[in-house]
Amino acid sequence: MPSLALTVNGVTVDVEPGTTVAVAAMLAGQPCRVSVGGASRGPLCGMGICFECRMTINGKAHGRSCQILCEPGMDVRTDD
Amino acid sequence: MTRVACHKFDVLVVGAGPAGMAAAACAGECGVRVGLVDDNFRLGGQIWRSESAGGPVPEAAGWLERLRAARVDPLCGVRVFDAPDPGVLLAETADDPCELQYDQLILATGARERFLPFPGWTLPNVMGAGGLQALVKNGLPIRGKRVVVAGTGPLLLAVASHLRKHGAELAMVCEQASWDRLARFGIALAGQPGKIVQALQLKKDLAGVRFATSSWPVAAEGKNVLESVSISRRGKSETLACDYLSCGFHLVPNTELACLLGCQIECDFVRVDDFQRTSIPEVFCAGEPTGIGGVGLALVEGQIAGLVSGRRVAKARDLFAQRKKLRNFAAALAGAFQLRAELRDLPSAETAICRCEDVPYSRLLRYPSWRAAKLQTRCGMGPCQGRICGPATQFLFDWTPDSVRPPIFPARMESLAALASSPEPEQQAVTGGH
Repeated sequence: MPSLALTVNGVTVDVEPGTTVAVAAMLAGQPCRVSVGGASRGPLCGMGICFECRMTINGKAHGRSCQILCEPGMDVRTDD
Repeated sequence: MTRVACHKFDVLVVGAGPAGMAAAACAGECGVRVGLVDDNFRLGGQIWRSESAGGPVPEAAGWLERLRAARVDPLCGVRVFDAPDPGVLLAETADDPCELQYDQLILATGARERFLPFPGWTLPNVMGAGGLQALVKNGLPIRGKRVVVAGTGPLLLAVASHLRKHGAELAMVCEQASWDRLARFGIALAGQPGKIVQALQLKKDLAGVRFATSSWPVAAEGKNVLESVSISRRGKSETLACDYLSCGFHLVPNTELACLLGCQIECDFVRVDDFQRTSIPEVFCAGEPTGIGGVGLALVEGQIAGLVSGRRVAKARDLFAQRKKLRNFAAALAGAFQLRAELRDLPSAETAICRCEDVPYSRLLRYPSWRAAKLQTRCGMGPCQGRICGPATQFLFDWTPDSVRPPIFPARMESLAALASSPEPEQQAVTGGH
């Protein structure tokens, strides 16, 4: 299957079509967000409820990355 | 000013899982104009979420065909956040706000997993049972990974079976309910041959996997990411090295939109009459928000709501007997997977209860109510709006949830501004293939 490339915190990652941004971030080895108290967090609910996997996607803040499919050339930031 | 797209429907269905798809198909087949909105990128809801590399799940295929034939407009990636007036919902896509108008509304908003806090539950790679399954379906490689599946409910076995088929190494499946309770649940299933076939199939899929009852996670450990899980099993503790903990404590209904509309809620669920009508005459509800009952019940309730909204009441009545039988199954389910009191003792003083605002267990102990705790600690005030810590504190402290206020999901300022400044929304062509 052809893969597509995007960057997460500047790290390039190749994924298969149908992959969500949350999964791409995990594959890139990037934590989702840092909590108010400074701890690393990852996806929890996988269905857009918990907001643990929110990220800045193509400049738009608070994207629910588990509900957004990867697109070629996407610029994802989890460290904003 | 942003042009606000406006979609008008005779019947609008919110939620495109089994209940919503059945409701929309049945209403559409009655010849009315039907819209089906969902915040996910595909139809099917959580239970019928398809694999990234495959087509729709086989159970959904027939309904998808009926939706197409009935010319139902699917609006995916659309999240409803407000209900400012009767007959109007406000929503937004990833890019734009939109207004949804309806004569009749069917709520099929489904359920989410109940999460219970224990030390380490906030570590990356500790996820919901369905949560991990969803990520695997959306491309997370699980082959060769060691997984502990824990919590309670029939979902655990289904998830374990799915993960195993994808090559996961299951360290253990831990169900908090006792064997006695499950056995009684097994007896209650005797009237439902289909369910027994399903259960036997899962047993075959999970042959050789350690399955423990009266067993639950007491701590997740790891430096920055999960490395191991400690399990309590019949009074003894055991530590299992693992890459993922897939952990959920059955389901809680998504009733926020019903609450916002003012539908009557009874014991946490949306109250409906025989025709799936809520306390608001033009608003119906079907599936998990009326009682956790699984796919079968959701499909029947959805069909009834769809048929009644399309004025085919007699046809809806034909489904009443089937619904009654499935509701008995739902009652057995609730009894079998009731949470044991020991789970209330899992958090330590430092365990974060509200993950959004990092509010620890020790800070919440002094408050008498959800509202007091919210005002003093910001518990439940983060972006999830208490969807995770609300059900947890309800179990831990017997707190009752607060009233629901708009927006029911965080919405962008642009959406709020565009909708507020748009008294006469521009009419735009409705999306979808006609």
